[in-house]
Amino acid sequence: MSEMIGHTPDPGSTTVEEHTPSAVEVPSYRQRQSIGQLLRNDLGFIPVLITLVLIMVFFQFVSKGIFFSSGNLTNLFLQTAQIGLLGVGIILVLLLGEIDLSVAAVSTLCGVILGVLSERVGGGLPPWISIPGALLSGALIGFLNGYFIAVLRIPSFIVTLATSITYSGLLITLLQGQATLEIRNSFIDNIAGSPTSYLTDALGIGLPTVVVLLYVLYRVLNYRRRQTMGLRNPSLPSFVGILILTVVLVEGAVVIFESNNGVPYSTAILFGAILVFWIILTKTSFGRHIYAVGGNKEAARRAGISVVGIQLAVFTLCSFMAAAGGIIEASRSTSASTQVSSNLLLNAIAAAVIGGVSLFGGKGSIWSIVLGFLIIGSLANGLALLNLGADVVAIVEGLVLLVAVTVDALIRRAQARTGR
Amino acid sequence: MAENGTPSVDNTSSPQPATPQGEPRLRMVGIGKSFGAVRALSGVDFEVYPGEVVGLVGDNGAGKSTLIKTISGVGPADEGEIFVEGQPVKITTPQAATRLGIQTVYQDLALCDNLDVVSNLFLGREQISPLRTLSENDMESHGLRVLRTLDVKLPSVRAIVSTLSGGQRQSIAVAKSILRNASVVLLDEPTAALGVAQTRQVLQLIRRLREQGLAIVVISHNLADVFEVVDRVIVLRLGKRVGTFTVKDTTPEQIVSAITGAEFGQLLETNGNGGH
Repeated sequence: MSEMIGHTPDPGSTTVEEHTPSAVEVPSYRQRQSIGQLLRNDLGFIPVLITLVLIMVFFQFVSKGIFFSSGNLTNLFLQTAQIGLLGVGIILVLLLGEIDLSVAAVSTLCGVILGVLSERVGGGLPPWISIPGALLSGALIGFLNGYFIAVLRIPSFIVTLATSITYSGLLITLLQGQATLEIRNSFIDNIAGSPTSYLTDALGIGLPTVVVLLYVLYRVLNYRRRQTMGLRNPSLPSFVGILILTVVLVEGAVVIFESNNGVPYSTAILFGAILVFWIILTKTSFGRHIYAVGGNKEAARRAGISVVGIQLAVFTLCSFMAAAGGIIEASRSTSASTQVSSNLLLNAIAAAVIGGVSLFGGKGSIWSIVLGFLIIGSLANGLALLNLGADVVAIVEGLVLLVAVTVDALIRRAQARTGR
Repeated sequence: MAENGTPSVDNTSSPQPATPQGEPRLRMVGIGKSFGAVRALSGVDFEVYPGEVVGLVGDNGAGKSTLIKTISGVGPADEGEIFVEGQPVKITTPQAATRLGIQTVYQDLALCDNLDVVSNLFLGREQISPLRTLSENDMESHGLRVLRTLDVKLPSVRAIVSTLSGGQRQSIAVAKSILRNASVVLLDEPTAALGVAQTRQVLQLIRRLREQGLAIVVISHNLADVFEVVDRVIVLRLGKRVGTFTVKDTTPEQIVSAITGAEFGQLLETNGNGGH
């Protein structure tokens, strides 16, 4: 199918644009695609979104209306902040076609480092030392992972498995046998662990609104700029439609949060991080190079990209995000624990994969993590509302992950059949 | 020596010694390379002129790839001299070759299948705005300009490369080298694994490159393609240059006999009698 699109303009879909015989692009902006191709490319998130909606509607029904209450939805975001932050790092690593199995241990370790710095060292260091200290430890750990993987070229699977075991031991040593270390520093506890850990209404409404308006402004300016440069734009209805949808989604989320206690700090931090990494991945050459290395390492190398440098940077960032997640979790529970949550690693990876990031590198958006952690979080939250135990939660989560990966693989295969 | 305008670089008196006039864009003299005890190239001269397509042919193991690697900097020569526009140069790394305007399009094309056409064209040398972000629109219109001069047809320059046909991918790999300011383009088996229509597309592309005044070297096993698009054929056998033919005045049989060393039809007055 793509063969014929490649050579002859489709006579059935003439547009108002005038095309000279020497035009590079064929007239129709959207090539005809099968549903499978659409699902693989632009609309890949649709099945995931439908799954999420089905799960939410199901729990809304069986929990007799509790699930969709703004209080419960806020709770859902509070519970999944750590998974989301770890998932952001995991997505970066997955885009390279690598894996990081140490994020859960690193996250917990950095929570412990935060606790030790804040409670024990020198009678308790102030948060402006302990928090950067924990983040830097995470970055350093990630750099070490990256050194083994990128420079010594050991498979990331084994390296991070080994360091994961090491760090889960190291954090017990750091706490000197204590099972949990209570963190009493009010600044740290206030990040996610106190009833006042919410943005003020002005900020909670203002920040997202400003960001989304800036985005709309950028898109509109870019649309006009492309028009004057003679470049192709999407059709006006779909362009406007996407912008309206974005505004509605953001403001809808704000309304839900504000009708409860407001936007939690941890949610603001999570979405801030997603936004920053979205800009890095799609608007900078560093991000472009991450995708390139994940897509074809040899081509990236020949194009003059430092593959080793990209890998080092990505593993550093991944563990940095794990540290950020650890700090949020330590704050939420106002303590550092020696117990590495057994679900944390798989939840973070599952959130990324369910959201639609390819396990094979080079494909996926950072926004996938939102769908991913909402599905994971909704399952855990909804099943807990039904007073079902951790056993049922684990079984259901595992099955959903299996379904997500299977659907992904089937669509991929369908596309391979119809592809070039 | 570089001022030597008369193109009598051929140490073999080929049947039709035909070389365009003027300064070669790229000239190599006495190139030799050994891998341990194996002498892969010895005393090979090579030259390509602006606006000329040279076919480099030879049997497996004749030294085509080795010669290409000495030009592209992947496997520098042990001995010999290289001149670009008459100036003596050293090509020791791929980066050095790139700086000299020599670009190689390998058989595997080195494209990132997961990225779109524009991203691939500018990979590793993206245009950056003052805010340190990607200048996507500038890259897109620059890319479109280059693709237009090559008369490439695509569904969209934002199409993901994995959705394109083999001929289109080849075109993008070539356009990528043009964007890197190539003045000499080496094409390694550009039509291998392509269908009939796509082969036609790529040959047309090579003609376009010639019109732009580039010096083009095509390595190919496919003599039909060679005869269709190439101006001059240089034949290697067992690490030596054994013949140079102007395609206009040559039959495929003559080239085949030079490649294989079989002397049917016309006796070659060269050292092409089997070598070692």
